[in-house]
Amino acid sequence: MAVIEVEDVRRSFTVRTKEGRWRRGKREVRAVDGLSFTVAEGECVGYIGPNGAGKSTTVKMLTGILVPSGGRLRVAGVDPAARRAELARRIGVVFGQRTTLWWDLPLRDSYELARRIYRIPDARYRANLDRCVELLDLAALLDTPVRQLSLGQRMRGDLAAALLHDPSVLYLDEPTIGLDTVSKAKVRAFLRETNRERRTTVLLTTHDLTDIEQLCGRVMVIDHGRLVLDGPLERLHEIGGSERTLVVDLAEAHPPIDLPGVRVARTEGPRQWLAFPARQSAAPIVAAVAERYPLVDLSVREPAIEDVISRIYAGDPAAVPAP
Amino acid sequence: MGRVRVRVIVDKGTSVFDGVYLSVARGAFRRYSTYRAATVAGTVTNTVFGMILASTMLALWRARPGLGGYDAAQAVTYIWISQGLLVTVAVWGGGFQDDLQARFRSGDIAVDLYRPVDFQGWWLATDLGRAGYQLLTRGALPMLAGAALFDLVLPGDPLVWAEFLLAVALAVVVSFGLRFLASITGFWLHDSDGVRAAMAVVSMFFSGMLLPLALFPGALGELARVLPFSAMVQLPADVLLQRRTGTALLGLYGFQLAWGAALLALGRAGQTLAVRRVVVQGG
Repeated sequence: MAVIEVEDVRRSFTVRTKEGRWRRGKREVRAVDGLSFTVAEGECVGYIGPNGAGKSTTVKMLTGILVPSGGRLRVAGVDPAARRAELARRIGVVFGQRTTLWWDLPLRDSYELARRIYRIPDARYRANLDRCVELLDLAALLDTPVRQLSLGQRMRGDLAAALLHDPSVLYLDEPTIGLDTVSKAKVRAFLRETNRERRTTVLLTTHDLTDIEQLCGRVMVIDHGRLVLDGPLERLHEIGGSERTLVVDLAEAHPPIDLPGVRVARTEGPRQWLAFPARQSAAPIVAAVAERYPLVDLSVREPAIEDVISRIYAGDPAAVPAP
Repeated sequence: MGRVRVRVIVDKGTSVFDGVYLSVARGAFRRYSTYRAATVAGTVTNTVFGMILASTMLALWRARPGLGGYDAAQAVTYIWISQGLLVTVAVWGGGFQDDLQARFRSGDIAVDLYRPVDFQGWWLATDLGRAGYQLLTRGALPMLAGAALFDLVLPGDPLVWAEFLLAVALAVVVSFGLRFLASITGFWLHDSDGVRAAMAVVSMFFSGMLLPLALFPGALGELARVLPFSAMVQLPADVLLQRRTGTALLGLYGFQLAWGAALLALGRAGQTLAVRRVVVQGG
């Protein structure tokens, strides 16, 4: 069953520009321009795109705080903008750079407030709080004022606050931004667990592609307000024309290696970087190099999805799938 | 010392009430109680200003006895009441406005709109919680100091004090209504500081914070008496000085209630407009 339905949704903003000393011009910016997708219950979808691509605008429309200029939106069966308050009880929102927690008061007070705001039945509240406290390691922090928490601790605190009322949809906007490796791992483990066990539908916006690799079975890439890719993570590599890289160290500096199907991406003294299509086996290339050149050492690097995505963003025609 | 009283009231609230907005108000109360240094510094400031102004008034009334229908003791009492109300009623702005402004600047305002709570109700609750705390500290303590240092005319009848507290509560609502209107211009202007500064000047002048409104000449006095600002300082002071009793007192509450309701309704209309065309900074 589709929990999120987006059909040809548009949103434009009017931006005033300065033209000369007194004159002001108006310019229309299409932040979201004909977006369509659906997300099924229990899915965890990565929603990525460069800054200004329309990610936040989409999330704002999905939560009902922004009315679309056109198109049709449904979240959990309701029109978000028309029934924002009702929907708010069924969704959770976490922004890595914002907080819903009560800055000067102990963490526990914010949870008590959430209990009242969302009218969470006592037993449910206690069970959910216990679960979050355990999984997010919050026990020692409950009585600490939020302003004294580290960023990672605060983020964990915010995640718990967003989940106490059992939302069926969770929007996450850069939940791991600024966190250290250990904190990132904790947050990801918690999200994986929540998505798997509670069947919470997750829409995850991030610039950290490790989040996507570890959490999301599906990824949507948005650019200039349109979806440029929607599919499983592996398809990103296919479509992006991903290349693997063979790094070879030769005995001495050589002119660029000339082999069919291999492109020399870079040379640096005796070291050369050989790029070849990701689906191709490295073995014959290694054999060919070893045969003709004084090979000292080698390593193979897997394609980084950052590269694939940055090529898609850059509008590389080879990388953008046909509609 | 102030802390003991604070705890008692908080605990009573917890056992008796259980709503969201009460919880918000209680949280705001407790939050302000964590700023101890600010409370002490502010209370001292109010007291020092009270002493300066009260001495000035004494000199003025010696030259012009009976000015505005106040005798010297009443004029000095008026000064201490107004010092007690200045921060409690947030005559020159502040309170929730600082939080709201910060949330406009950071874009955190978006988070507020994700919650199934009424935006205006939420901020009103925080402001009432704040006012409650400040009444006990920055309201009561300077007045106690004033009573120790000067001859004040304060009522012995607890009923008058209760009437005064009701007038103060309504004063906070009127003040909130005005400040809320000033602050939600942030939805359009992204920064409501200019509006707030203008409002602060008008508010200080027309509330009776600088001088009792009875001292304003002619048309200016008439204007001051119909504007909502008088509900913030002049009217609560009138109640405690017993310048308005019986039906006149009912009229006074009616004036405060009418302005409070009108301002809240205007704020609500503004909020509806703002949310409809919300443009959030950043994010």
